[in-house]
Amino acid sequence: MNGDLIQRVATKLLLPFIVLFALYVQFHGETSPGGGFQAGVIIAAGVILVSITFGQTTAKKIAPWGLVERMIPLGVFIFAGTGVVSLLSGANFLDYSVLAHDPVHGHEYGIIIVEIGVLVTVAGTMIALFYAFVERGR
Amino acid sequence: MEAIINMALLTLLALVTVAIIAQRSLIGVVILASIYSFLMASVMIVLDAVDVALTEASVGAGISTVLLLGALHLTKTREISVPQTKIGPILLSLAVGVALVWGALVLPPFGDPNAPIHLHVAPYYLREAIIETHVPNIVTAILADYRGFDTLGETTVIFTAGIGVLLLLRGLRRRGTGSERPESDGPESDGPESDGKEGSR
Repeated sequence: MNGDLIQRVATKLLLPFIVLFALYVQFHGETSPGGGFQAGVIIAAGVILVSITFGQTTAKKIAPWGLVERMIPLGVFIFAGTGVVSLLSGANFLDYSVLAHDPVHGHEYGIIIVEIGVLVTVAGTMIALFYAFVERGR
Repeated sequence: MEAIINMALLTLLALVTVAIIAQRSLIGVVILASIYSFLMASVMIVLDAVDVALTEASVGAGISTVLLLGALHLTKTREISVPQTKIGPILLSLAVGVALVWGALVLPPFGDPNAPIHLHVAPYYLREAIIETHVPNIVTAILADYRGFDTLGETTVIFTAGIGVLLLLRGLRRRGTGSERPESDGPESDGPESDGKEGSR
């Protein structure tokens, strides 16, 4: 499972850029292509790369089962919770106008928050699926 | 120039499809499907749908390839060959293909600004999204704001699929923080899980 030298060095070199690119896709998604879904998948790809190169034990130091499992419902909770917050503030479900004093800013914040929710669920699910396949196969 | 690129990409797509059908090794099929996704992502870039292209490249070519290879890790990697060709499925496929082409003939021309789909809500989004949300990428504004319900539904679908596969693959007993304490949960899940473990080894 420990791969060869080139693979290990390349993984170490690439990993920061993969995570940085995921964060760019996530938080620059308002002005450039991308969003929570793509960023979540890219983060998961980074963890899976570590898992393939250095083994499950190392990958689980970065993303332990407990964290990954909690990420899956947490993202949906963040997304739906945003809707409930706007509901409690007197607007429709998922109407972001009431999230800030200025409705336009409210929409901006709302989009950022729900994209984080999407990121958390997608990344958690993808990593969890990979872990489950690997553990089952052993 | 764009027409040549499109033609080349679509020809390659057709070739890869034929190769997938002909391929018996399932690992080969997964790799070819990954190539198909990359070609599809290139087509999306030519069509200026960069958001879709990014999704196709990361999900279709990246994660699904890894997950399918992970699934092959658990099963056999060769397709069982069926010697005789059945005429019924071929006729059905041909009929569906002809129906689709026939339906596509009456669609508005590609890129026609007066097509019904471009006259419904699209002009409103293009005009108002930047004013109402301050988000320059209109795709993001539509996905996360105007169509927030849809995206919440999609996230819930991923959540449901994720927990479903986890339950199937890990069984009910190892639920919790990990595989360190397999005896912690109820005794009612002992039977199926132990059966599954013996089967997989």
